[in-house]
Amino acid sequence: MNHDMIGHVYPPSKPYLVTSENISAFVKALGDSNPAYADGTVAPPTFPIVVTMNAMDAAFHDPALQLDYSRLVHSDQKFEYIRPIRVGDELTVSASVEEIKPLGTNEIATFKTDVFSGDELVVTGWSKIVVRGPEA
Amino acid sequence: MTLKISDVSVGQELPALDLAFTRSDLVAYANASGDQNPIHQDEAFAKSVGLPDVIAHGMLTMGRAIRVVTDWAGDPTAVIDYSVRMTRPVVVPKTVEGSVVSFTGKVAQINEDGTVQVELGAVFGDVKVLGLARATVRLAQ
Repeated sequence: MNHDMIGHVYPPSKPYLVTSENISAFVKALGDSNPAYADGTVAPPTFPIVVTMNAMDAAFHDPALQLDYSRLVHSDQKFEYIRPIRVGDELTVSASVEEIKPLGTNEIATFKTDVFSGDELVVTGWSKIVVRGPEA
Repeated sequence: MTLKISDVSVGQELPALDLAFTRSDLVAYANASGDQNPIHQDEAFAKSVGLPDVIAHGMLTMGRAIRVVTDWAGDPTAVIDYSVRMTRPVVVPKTVEGSVVSFTGKVAQINEDGTVQVELGAVFGDVKVLGLARATVRLAQ
Protein backbone atom coordinates (compact mmCIF):
# COMPACT_ATOMS: atom_id res chain seq x y z
CA MET A 1 0.00 0.00 0.00
CA ASN A 2 1.03 3.57 -0.58
CA HIS A 3 2.11 5.02 2.77
CA ASP A 4 1.77 8.55 1.39
CA MET A 5 -1.99 8.01 1.71
CA ILE A 6 -1.83 8.00 5.54
CA GLY A 7 -4.01 10.89 6.67
CA HIS A 8 -5.88 11.08 3.38
CA VAL A 9 -9.54 12.00 3.80
CA TYR A 10 -12.01 10.81 1.16
CA PRO A 11 -14.94 13.00 0.05
CA PRO A 12 -18.22 12.31 1.90
CA SER A 13 -20.31 9.40 0.65
CA LYS A 14 -23.69 9.87 -1.01
CA PRO A 15 -26.48 10.33 1.58
CA TYR A 16 -28.20 7.12 2.75
CA LEU A 17 -31.72 7.50 4.10
CA VAL A 18 -32.42 5.14 7.01
CA THR A 19 -35.88 3.56 6.64
CA SER A 20 -37.72 1.26 9.02
CA GLU A 21 -37.53 -1.39 6.25
CA ASN A 22 -33.69 -1.19 6.26
CA ILE A 23 -33.57 -1.42 10.05
CA SER A 24 -36.09 -4.28 10.21
CA ALA A 25 -34.28 -6.31 7.52
CA PHE A 26 -30.99 -5.88 9.42
CA VAL A 27 -32.55 -6.83 12.78
CA LYS A 28 -34.25 -9.84 11.20
CA ALA A 29 -30.97 -11.01 9.63
CA LEU A 30 -29.34 -10.83 13.05
CA GLY A 31 -32.30 -12.80 14.44
CA ASP A 32 -32.60 -10.22 17.22
CA SER A 33 -35.97 -10.20 18.97
CA ASN A 34 -35.21 -7.32 21.38
CA PRO A 35 -38.53 -5.40 21.71
CA ALA A 36 -36.60 -2.12 21.32
CA TYR A 37 -36.37 -2.89 17.58
CA ALA A 38 -40.00 -3.97 17.13
CA ASP A 39 -41.22 -0.71 15.58
CA GLY A 40 -38.16 -0.29 13.33
CA THR A 41 -37.25 3.18 14.62
CA VAL A 42 -33.87 2.54 16.26
CA ALA A 43 -30.99 0.68 14.60
CA PRO A 44 -28.83 -1.98 16.29
CA PRO A 45 -25.19 -1.20 17.23
CA THR A 46 -23.60 -2.78 14.15
CA PHE A 47 -26.01 -1.20 11.65
CA PRO A 48 -23.52 1.60 10.78
CA ILE A 49 -21.43 -1.00 8.90
CA VAL A 50 -24.03 -0.75 6.10
CA VAL A 51 -22.75 2.73 5.28
CA THR A 52 -19.15 2.55 6.53
CA MET A 53 -18.35 -0.56 4.48
CA ASN A 54 -19.57 1.12 1.30
CA ALA A 55 -17.49 4.20 2.00
CA MET A 56 -14.42 2.04 2.61
CA ASP A 57 -15.04 0.00 -0.52
CA ALA A 58 -14.73 3.22 -2.49
CA ALA A 59 -11.41 3.90 -0.75
CA PHE A 60 -10.16 0.32 -1.22
CA HIS A 61 -10.62 0.71 -4.98
CA ASP A 62 -8.82 4.06 -5.13
CA PRO A 63 -5.83 3.35 -7.42
CA ALA A 64 -3.69 5.80 -5.40
CA LEU A 65 -3.91 3.51 -2.36
CA GLN A 66 -2.32 0.59 -4.26
CA LEU A 67 -4.27 -2.01 -2.29
CA ASP A 68 -4.69 -5.57 -3.57
CA TYR A 69 -8.39 -6.05 -2.89
CA SER A 70 -8.23 -9.79 -3.55
CA ARG A 71 -5.87 -10.26 -0.58
CA LEU A 72 -7.81 -8.15 1.89
CA VAL A 73 -9.31 -9.47 5.16
CA HIS A 74 -11.37 -7.36 7.58
CA SER A 75 -9.73 -8.12 10.94
CA ASP A 76 -11.02 -5.63 13.52
CA GLN A 77 -14.01 -3.37 13.89
CA LYS A 78 -14.80 -0.73 16.46
CA PHE A 79 -17.67 1.72 16.89
CA GLU A 80 -17.98 4.69 19.23
CA TYR A 81 -21.55 5.91 19.45
CA ILE A 82 -22.53 9.52 20.02
CA ARG A 83 -26.19 8.57 19.64
CA PRO A 84 -28.10 5.67 18.10
CA ILE A 85 -28.97 5.72 14.40
CA ARG A 86 -32.71 6.23 13.91
CA VAL A 87 -35.22 6.03 11.12
CA GLY A 88 -35.15 9.21 9.02
CA ASP A 89 -31.41 9.82 9.50
CA GLU A 90 -29.66 10.82 6.28
CA LEU A 91 -26.23 9.31 6.72
CA THR A 92 -23.02 10.36 5.03
CA VAL A 93 -19.61 8.89 5.78
CA SER A 94 -16.27 10.62 5.83
CA ALA A 95 -13.60 7.93 5.49
CA SER A 96 -9.92 8.51 6.13
CA VAL A 97 -6.74 6.47 6.18
CA GLU A 98 -5.53 6.49 9.78
CA GLU A 99 -2.66 4.01 9.64
CA ILE A 100 -0.77 1.76 7.24
CA LYS A 101 2.04 -0.40 8.54
CA PRO A 102 3.81 -3.67 7.79
CA LEU A 103 3.17 -6.76 9.91
CA GLY A 104 5.62 -9.44 8.88
CA THR A 105 5.01 -10.06 5.18
CA ASN A 106 1.49 -8.59 5.48
CA GLU A 107 0.34 -5.01 5.72
CA ILE A 108 -2.30 -3.70 8.05
CA ALA A 109 -4.32 -0.54 7.60
CA THR A 110 -6.86 1.26 9.76
CA PHE A 111 -9.64 3.29 8.19
CA LYS A 112 -11.60 5.76 10.28
CA THR A 113 -15.20 6.36 9.24
CA ASP A 114 -17.11 9.30 10.70
CA VAL A 115 -20.84 8.84 10.17
CA PHE A 116 -22.92 12.01 10.06
CA SER A 117 -26.64 12.61 9.92
CA GLY A 118 -26.77 16.01 8.28
CA ASP A 119 -24.09 17.98 10.17
CA GLU A 120 -24.33 15.87 13.33
CA LEU A 121 -21.68 13.23 14.03
CA VAL A 122 -23.59 10.15 15.23
CA VAL A 123 -21.00 7.35 15.27
CA THR A 124 -17.34 6.83 14.45
CA GLY A 125 -16.14 3.48 13.16
CA TRP A 126 -12.63 2.10 12.82
CA SER A 127 -11.97 -0.85 10.52
CA LYS A 128 -8.66 -2.61 10.51
CA ILE A 129 -7.81 -4.66 7.45
CA VAL A 130 -4.99 -7.08 6.74
CA VAL A 131 -3.63 -7.34 3.23
CA ARG A 132 -1.83 -10.64 2.97
CA GLY A 133 1.59 -10.50 1.42
CA PRO A 134 2.84 -12.83 -1.31
CA GLU A 135 2.87 -16.52 -0.33
CA ALA A 136 6.28 -17.71 0.81
CA MET B 1 -36.81 -4.61 31.96
CA THR B 2 -34.06 -2.02 32.01
CA LEU B 3 -30.97 -2.81 33.99
CA LYS B 4 -29.64 -0.30 36.54
CA ILE B 5 -26.05 0.32 37.55
CA SER B 6 -26.93 -0.90 41.08
CA ASP B 7 -27.71 -4.35 39.58
CA VAL B 8 -24.15 -4.73 38.29
CA SER B 9 -20.94 -6.03 39.89
CA VAL B 10 -17.46 -6.72 38.53
CA GLY B 11 -17.02 -10.35 37.52
CA GLN B 12 -20.74 -10.85 37.00
CA GLU B 13 -21.53 -13.16 34.10
CA LEU B 14 -24.16 -12.12 31.59
CA PRO B 15 -26.70 -14.68 30.37
CA ALA B 16 -25.02 -16.65 27.56
CA LEU B 17 -26.56 -17.23 24.14
CA ASP B 18 -26.13 -20.15 21.74
CA LEU B 19 -27.07 -19.03 18.25
CA ALA B 20 -27.23 -21.06 15.04
CA PHE B 21 -25.79 -19.68 11.81
CA THR B 22 -27.43 -21.18 8.73
CA ARG B 23 -26.93 -20.58 5.01
CA SER B 24 -30.26 -18.74 4.87
CA ASP B 25 -29.08 -16.43 7.70
CA LEU B 26 -26.04 -15.58 5.56
CA VAL B 27 -28.23 -14.77 2.55
CA ALA B 28 -30.49 -12.58 4.72
CA TYR B 29 -27.46 -10.78 6.22
CA ALA B 30 -25.88 -10.29 2.77
CA ASN B 31 -29.09 -8.65 1.55
CA ALA B 32 -29.60 -6.53 4.66
CA SER B 33 -25.99 -5.35 4.91
CA GLY B 34 -25.13 -5.12 1.22
CA ASP B 35 -22.09 -7.40 1.66
CA GLN B 36 -22.56 -9.83 -1.24
CA ASN B 37 -19.03 -11.29 -1.15
CA PRO B 38 -19.47 -14.83 -2.61
CA ILE B 39 -17.33 -16.40 0.17
CA HIS B 40 -20.46 -16.02 2.32
CA GLN B 41 -22.86 -17.75 -0.08
CA ASP B 42 -21.13 -19.73 -2.81
CA GLU B 43 -19.56 -22.98 -1.63
CA ALA B 44 -17.56 -23.58 -4.84
CA PHE B 45 -16.17 -20.04 -4.73
CA ALA B 46 -15.29 -20.28 -1.02
CA LYS B 47 -13.39 -23.53 -1.64
CA SER B 48 -11.63 -22.03 -4.66
CA VAL B 49 -10.04 -19.40 -2.38
CA GLY B 50 -8.88 -22.01 0.14
CA LEU B 51 -11.72 -21.91 2.66
CA PRO B 52 -13.17 -25.18 4.00
CA ASP B 53 -16.71 -24.06 3.08
CA VAL B 54 -18.90 -20.96 3.07
CA ILE B 55 -18.09 -18.70 6.04
CA ALA B 56 -20.29 -16.27 7.96
CA HIS B 57 -19.75 -12.52 7.61
CA GLY B 58 -17.52 -11.43 10.50
CA MET B 59 -19.89 -8.52 10.94
CA LEU B 60 -22.81 -10.92 11.38
CA THR B 61 -20.89 -12.59 14.21
CA MET B 62 -20.15 -9.14 15.67
CA GLY B 63 -23.81 -8.15 15.31
CA ARG B 64 -24.97 -11.23 17.15
CA ALA B 65 -22.36 -11.12 19.93
CA ILE B 66 -23.60 -7.75 21.18
CA ARG B 67 -27.00 -9.31 21.85
CA VAL B 68 -25.49 -10.76 25.04
CA VAL B 69 -25.12 -7.14 26.18
CA THR B 70 -28.30 -5.65 24.74
CA ASP B 71 -30.51 -8.52 25.97
CA TRP B 72 -28.99 -8.04 29.44
CA ALA B 73 -29.16 -4.25 29.47
CA GLY B 74 -32.63 -4.24 27.92
CA ASP B 75 -32.00 -1.00 26.06
CA PRO B 76 -29.68 -1.42 23.03
CA THR B 77 -29.05 2.33 22.91
CA ALA B 78 -27.15 1.97 26.21
CA VAL B 79 -24.12 0.76 24.19
CA ILE B 80 -21.61 3.60 23.85
CA ASP B 81 -18.75 1.68 22.26
CA TYR B 82 -18.19 -1.79 20.87
CA SER B 83 -15.12 -3.44 19.34
CA VAL B 84 -14.03 -6.89 18.20
CA ARG B 85 -11.22 -8.71 16.45
CA MET B 86 -12.43 -11.32 13.98
CA THR B 87 -9.92 -14.03 14.78
CA ARG B 88 -11.38 -17.07 13.00
CA PRO B 89 -14.29 -17.57 10.60
CA VAL B 90 -17.53 -19.36 11.44
CA VAL B 91 -17.77 -22.11 8.82
CA VAL B 92 -21.39 -22.72 7.78
CA PRO B 93 -22.27 -26.06 6.15
CA LYS B 94 -25.41 -26.52 4.08
CA THR B 95 -27.42 -28.18 6.85
CA VAL B 96 -30.67 -27.24 8.55
CA GLU B 97 -28.90 -26.91 11.91
CA GLY B 98 -26.03 -24.81 10.52
CA SER B 99 -23.23 -23.94 12.97
CA VAL B 100 -23.84 -23.00 16.57
CA VAL B 101 -21.76 -20.22 18.14
CA SER B 102 -21.73 -19.77 21.92
CA PHE B 103 -21.69 -16.14 23.04
CA THR B 104 -20.75 -15.11 26.57
CA GLY B 105 -20.15 -11.89 28.46
CA LYS B 106 -18.68 -10.78 31.76
CA VAL B 107 -18.53 -7.43 33.56
CA ALA B 108 -14.85 -6.49 33.40
CA GLN B 109 -14.92 -3.06 34.98
CA ILE B 110 -17.20 -0.36 36.35
CA ASN B 111 -15.67 2.95 35.28
CA GLU B 112 -15.51 6.10 37.41
CA ASP B 113 -18.11 7.78 35.21
CA GLY B 114 -20.55 4.96 35.98
CA THR B 115 -20.25 3.25 32.61
CA VAL B 116 -19.73 -0.52 32.55
CA GLN B 117 -17.21 -2.41 30.47
CA VAL B 118 -18.18 -5.91 29.35
CA GLU B 119 -15.83 -8.51 27.86
CA LEU B 120 -17.44 -10.78 25.30
CA GLY B 121 -16.63 -14.27 24.12
CA ALA B 122 -17.67 -16.09 20.93
CA VAL B 123 -16.74 -19.74 20.50
CA PHE B 124 -17.55 -22.08 17.62
CA GLY B 125 -16.75 -25.68 18.57
CA ASP B 126 -13.51 -25.11 20.46
CA VAL B 127 -12.39 -22.18 18.31
CA LYS B 128 -12.54 -18.57 19.46
CA VAL B 129 -14.09 -16.66 16.57
CA LEU B 130 -13.90 -13.22 18.21
CA GLY B 131 -11.03 -11.84 20.26
CA LEU B 132 -10.58 -8.55 22.13
CA ALA B 133 -14.36 -8.23 22.09
CA ARG B 134 -15.60 -5.57 24.46
CA ALA B 135 -18.43 -3.13 24.83
CA THR B 136 -19.16 -0.23 27.15
CA VAL B 137 -22.70 0.52 28.31
CA ARG B 138 -24.23 3.44 30.12
CA LEU B 139 -26.93 2.19 32.47
CA ALA B 140 -29.59 4.05 34.39
CA GLN B 141 -28.51 5.15 37.88
